[in-house]
Amino acid sequence: MAEASCELFDCGHRACGGCGAALVSRLILKATGKDTIIVSATGCMEVFTTPYPETAWKVPWIHSLFENNSAVASGICASLKKQGRTEKVVAIGGDGSTFDIGMLCLSGAFERGHDFTYICYDNEAYMNTGIQRSGATPYDASTTTSPAGKCSKGNSRPKKDLPQILAAHGAPYVATASIAYPSDVVKKIEKAINTPGPCYVQIHAPCCTGWGFEGEKTLAIGKLAIETGLWVNFEMEDGVVTRVKKVVRKPVETYLKEQKRFRHLFKPKVNAEEIAKIQAIADKNAVKYGTDLKLKSKPDPVIP
Amino acid sequence: MLEITEGSHAVAKAVKMSRPQVIAAYPITPQTHIVETLADMVADCELDAEYITVESEFSALSACLGASAAGSRTYSATTSQGLALMFEVCFNVSGMRLPIIMTIANRALGAPLSIWNDQQDSISLRDCGWLQFYAEDNQEATDLHYIAYKVAENPDVLLPAFVCFDGFILSHTYEPVDMLSQGDVDRYLPPYKPVQRLDAADPISFGMYATPEYYLEFRYEHDQAMKRAKNAIHKAGKEFGEMFGRDYSALVEGYRLEDADTAIIAMGSICGTVKDAVDEMRTAGKKVGLLKIRCFRPFPAEEIRDALSQVKRIAVLDKNISVGAKGAVAIEVKDALYGKTIPVLGYILGLGGRDVRISDVKKIVSLAEDGKGDQFYGLRTEVL
Repeated sequence: MAEASCELFDCGHRACGGCGAALVSRLILKATGKDTIIVSATGCMEVFTTPYPETAWKVPWIHSLFENNSAVASGICASLKKQGRTEKVVAIGGDGSTFDIGMLCLSGAFERGHDFTYICYDNEAYMNTGIQRSGATPYDASTTTSPAGKCSKGNSRPKKDLPQILAAHGAPYVATASIAYPSDVVKKIEKAINTPGPCYVQIHAPCCTGWGFEGEKTLAIGKLAIETGLWVNFEMEDGVVTRVKKVVRKPVETYLKEQKRFRHLFKPKVNAEEIAKIQAIADKNAVKYGTDLKLKSKPDPVIP
Repeated sequence: MLEITEGSHAVAKAVKMSRPQVIAAYPITPQTHIVETLADMVADCELDAEYITVESEFSALSACLGASAAGSRTYSATTSQGLALMFEVCFNVSGMRLPIIMTIANRALGAPLSIWNDQQDSISLRDCGWLQFYAEDNQEATDLHYIAYKVAENPDVLLPAFVCFDGFILSHTYEPVDMLSQGDVDRYLPPYKPVQRLDAADPISFGMYATPEYYLEFRYEHDQAMKRAKNAIHKAGKEFGEMFGRDYSALVEGYRLEDADTAIIAMGSICGTVKDAVDEMRTAGKKVGLLKIRCFRPFPAEEIRDALSQVKRIAVLDKNISVGAKGAVAIEVKDALYGKTIPVLGYILGLGGRDVRISDVKKIVSLAEDGKGDQFYGLRTEVL
């Protein structure tokens, strides 16, 4: 039995060493404090934190199904309102739950405007069931249901743009974050839970097991995703992008080559054509969100 | 007070007087009049409840699950496809032991699409661990809601309940119903006090996963609670009878079963038709009676054995079919009477809204007397 810690998300859970999602759990509770009800979807985080009769959650926590955490959260919000209670309600789901199977419930809850925060820990595939592709899996990533092969370059579709979809629901606050920047994660969750109405925070949570890298590199990989422009950290308030993390971009290879899920783009030979397509995705992100940090240069000479 | 009212309106009034704190529902025929009436009540400040207009039945019950876990008395209503969509949540609600009450306006399941009545929907969920009550008329449909809350919230039980009444046949029919007053209901049904709830002051985890070392025991305890529900129903039904004159203490109800040769077993509104048929057959000298099943879960096996040990044959009317086997009620009645030599003859009838008349019940009794059973009754062979 692990010793009790002063964290609201307790040690002794069963996540893999280097798990990005476990860090998300810890950061969420650091941001929310104890007066919070957590609604988990089925997935890695639910499974590694609550094997009966043990729990890692020192706040009230409920798990019902894979696809209904937003609907369960809706009911909790209504119940608290009726009882005059003030706990914050935070729903958490992985990307499979959030982008795919739970989309109906998520859309309904956001349209109805319940006062809750939805946090997606995005590890870009169904990790709990063994690394199958989801609507959040990036282009060309090899998963167990989008494997690279003789006539496959991995996942054939780009990532679904869920933050924009939820912003289009009229969500007052939508943000993306990465566990590579923990204090930014905490700040954004604090902002979300203190903004009335349905808010969404999508947190990039690298998965060492599913992506194929050593557990000690989780934060470094997360950072590279941002530095290459394949993940953008931004905030949207009432549908308008108000803050973006700017970077001096590195080529996407620096991120891709660190992960086994993209290994087929480098071995047996470098697939320059596909890497160029992924670079184009990063370039598009940079233009869309204006992430490129402009280095100071000499002003243009003034022509008299 | 006696009111001439539509079944759905009567049910909505009973729900309102049960003081639910959270309602979540999605429109589906023939349940809509209930949730529309409740919405009117909330809109006119006659009912102080949070009313969530969800985007599907799946979310309706999921929202109820959350609301109930957070400690509120909770209500929903559905039927047919809507109930089928809730399948996954139904098992979850009962497994978490949340005393949610849901009205089922019984309707057939597609394909082919049918909005009309049979009981395939709730019967198909017989294994989901909810109590199941079936109403014969709108008086019973109304009263059973108070009893359902009382039993479901009993700390010895803590299980959700379906209150089933036949779609259109009852839900859209006007008949006199003796409505209780709010004061009466408050005396019978005190405010909900959850045994456990999501609460920051006392944090617990709901809905954890169980390894093979624990799962079997969870299911055992669930089944034990269902068995204890029999006593809770008896108590709640008796108390209701003592307070308001209508006794619902029994899970089954006999009608003219004394000295009967043939017993008919049925559930729901068809029981009214059967009673009329029994009266006519009795007048004609036939010794026929009815055993109405009011509570299908927990299943009243002992009660059926006790009530029917002397009859010569049993005809079971099933408004459902377990395709490839028999009607669900017939199967369970046979199980209840295992070891006895009384023939149990099953009849699948009334599916998808096919009318069942007094003359049909009489014909079925004749078939049973001839030993002909385990068949579809009333097939239009010309369209096969």
